[in-house]
Amino acid sequence: MSTATQALPESVTDTATLIAELARELPADCLITDTGRLRAYECDGLMLMREMPLVVALPATEAQVIAVLRTCHRLGVPVVPRGAGTGLSGGATPHAQGVVLSTARLNRIVSVDRLAQQAVVQPGVRNLAVSEAAAPHGLYYAPDPSSQIACSIGGNVAENSGGVHCLKYGLTVHNVLRVRLVSMAGEVMEIGSEAPDSPGYDLLALTIGSEGLLGVVTEVTVKLVPKPRVARCVLAAFDDIRRAGQAVADVIAAGIIPAGLEMMDQATTAAVEQFVHAGYPLDATAILLCESDGTAEEVEDEIARVRALLDAAGATEIRVSSDEAERLRFWAGRKAAFPAAGRISPDYYCMDGTIPRKRLAEMLEAMNAMSARYGLRCLNVFHAGDGNLHPLILFDSNVPDELHRAEAFGVEILELSVALGGTITGEHGVGLEKINQMCTQFAPDELDMFHRVKAAFDPAGLMNPGKAVPTLHRCAEMGRMHVHHGELPHPELPRF
Amino acid sequence: MMTTSFHAVLREQVLDAAARGGTLRPHGSGSKDFLAQALAGTPLDMRGVQGVIAYEPSELYITAHAGTRIADIEALLASHQQMLAFEPPHFGASATLGGVLASGLSGPRRVAAGSLRDFVLGVSLMDGQGRVLRFGGQVMKNVAGFDVSRLIAGSFGTLGLVLDVTLKVLPVPQAEQTRVLELDETEALVRLREWGAQPLPLSASAWHDGRLCVRLSGAQVAIDAAARLIGGEAADGCAATGYWQSLREHLQGFFAGDAPLWRVALPPVAPRLPIDGDVLLEWHGMQRWLRSDADADALRHVVSALGGHATLFRGGRALDRELGVFEPLAPEVMAVHRRLKQAFDPSGVFSPGRLYAEL
Repeated sequence: MSTATQALPESVTDTATLIAELARELPADCLITDTGRLRAYECDGLMLMREMPLVVALPATEAQVIAVLRTCHRLGVPVVPRGAGTGLSGGATPHAQGVVLSTARLNRIVSVDRLAQQAVVQPGVRNLAVSEAAAPHGLYYAPDPSSQIACSIGGNVAENSGGVHCLKYGLTVHNVLRVRLVSMAGEVMEIGSEAPDSPGYDLLALTIGSEGLLGVVTEVTVKLVPKPRVARCVLAAFDDIRRAGQAVADVIAAGIIPAGLEMMDQATTAAVEQFVHAGYPLDATAILLCESDGTAEEVEDEIARVRALLDAAGATEIRVSSDEAERLRFWAGRKAAFPAAGRISPDYYCMDGTIPRKRLAEMLEAMNAMSARYGLRCLNVFHAGDGNLHPLILFDSNVPDELHRAEAFGVEILELSVALGGTITGEHGVGLEKINQMCTQFAPDELDMFHRVKAAFDPAGLMNPGKAVPTLHRCAEMGRMHVHHGELPHPELPRF
Repeated sequence: MMTTSFHAVLREQVLDAAARGGTLRPHGSGSKDFLAQALAGTPLDMRGVQGVIAYEPSELYITAHAGTRIADIEALLASHQQMLAFEPPHFGASATLGGVLASGLSGPRRVAAGSLRDFVLGVSLMDGQGRVLRFGGQVMKNVAGFDVSRLIAGSFGTLGLVLDVTLKVLPVPQAEQTRVLELDETEALVRLREWGAQPLPLSASAWHDGRLCVRLSGAQVAIDAAARLIGGEAADGCAATGYWQSLREHLQGFFAGDAPLWRVALPPVAPRLPIDGDVLLEWHGMQRWLRSDADADALRHVVSALGGHATLFRGGRALDRELGVFEPLAPEVMAVHRRLKQAFDPSGVFSPGRLYAEL
């Protein structure tokens, strides 16, 4: 995917000087400089994009983070922060003249406080480890991205990660109360607070989802929520995608906010069934999974209402999980969608647009047409509750042109998401992957403001440069002009 | 007035002020003029266009012009059994959406549902160069670009003119009940923390003068079960609604009179404040209203040692207000604030000094 490489600032320092300077600040085992071990950092979860960094730094303390950043700041060397490397948009793709700063060794759970319903953790702590540490107190950390066994809290903060429960429990931005952020210049800032509504501008909201462009997080206070006593899941089959979409709208219009509300299309159901044997109805055009949680009384009440609504919406089959094993079996296929795609196809490309829910049928029909046009199969899994689509485009990189077609297919999906009133990324971030589509979603003045916001935190422009926000020059070169109310921005300028 | 012509008028004012070194103070009904620092700048009425732009109950969002009365928005939502779950205080019958966003305040339900900024999905604003910028949108999951919409919440008009706002809305709970218990302050704090750590449908709490009120919201069966666990007496339905409404709007006796009113925000397990004065607890003790003549520095010292922050919300000595009603920021955090202000408002046109003297 060479097309997505940004024009990057030239580093002014030679590698030997950089390594010598960093070696003065860090113990030897906290620096990786040999090609063999650097190889492990050449990409994140977006394996289509690779770049070798000059050095990987693995600071084990905040003081070491500060030392690495000050050194790089002084030498004018770009820094790419990296969590667990599970990101799907290339946010942690190395800079060829830069340092990768991994937070993997900042992996301590500092405290878990049951009565405060808060935990203080370092950024390298895995998402699931927070919930495991809170479990003895009857609490858990709500955002649960599907990579939660591996992804880190620091990465979740960078990406504003969601998960299947965010309609009811929110995204990372709703569940993180405070971070310590070290700026590129090496200054430590306390952002947010363990008390509500900290004074001044909401820098916490800016930091969360900033894709490592504003600073490096060294400590995070997360909110913990009481674990619901009971969770049950309704599985409903539909023979028509529009009816399934309408059923989702009916549930929400009836005043129900389910703990999870997911949809899979027939191709996905078929692919996952041979993998997990969940007993899904294979003749259904779409399957809805609707989860209810709370006290036993609440869940019983809500399930009865959901069941009646799905029935009225024309579900051809409705099953309600009778025990925890069955509930997990219902979810097994949804959670196995990615590995199932990997099983039936040599390669797959996961997209991440969000659209208003009511445009779902329109979107799916358009994607079917694109699938035929590009000659590539596509599996659709969908966070139906919040409109976040994850089409999995299947391709074989050994077949000439298939990668290129998969990318073009993906771009068309993202651009349609914007046209339908949605966004190019619901939870995976822009990174390098979707940087061109930012030119479609935002006008030049808005992109200019993003650059200004970044400069307010990082005037030197060395923190994860070239990611998330395209230069205006790039947008013009790409020929992707944001068209607002039918008017081209700066009509006075000659084009092409 | 048409939206486009109103925006053209605004743009002219912004560019004119920027060109001649003038300042502007965007305002709605003026219901929250008493908040924050002294008012400065030529008043600029943001109510030139009003009304709901889009509302789709099954999509759970509403978009309206900033000049729209918040009461009108809440009435429309109520007619579809939906609500603004952060229960914004109006502080006046004509309060506008723009003012609600600018002040960043949330009401009793915040403890369960989240704060105003948690419900902000998108904002359009005019920056200090007169440019109309749109951030966020109408969908719940959207991570393209920095989250500028939430940054605008609570910025008191210092970053730009807010033109329209999209908020997430939620269904009204199926049922609600308020329980009343007689308890002292320390015991109330202990019980609230203990209940908060359990999966109970608590949606608000308030303690004052030996009386704790707890609101339960959700399915009737869940409320009944929680009521048995919590104990106390059930308050009469209408009286209870009036109670939470009057608390949200600061219309209760506690809020009357001239004694300085402090808003103290504290981490969840903070103890009783060792400060003389009358106190009213909300949000399970995380928001404490304090009527006290205590010295501002001494009070802030105590509160910050507990991990919290204090705002001089209403009244107080002129000198204290001049020194700043909000908790002072750390120098490196203030430096970022100054650069952000510069990014949005390079000529320093909007609401100078309303949030901090430096901005």
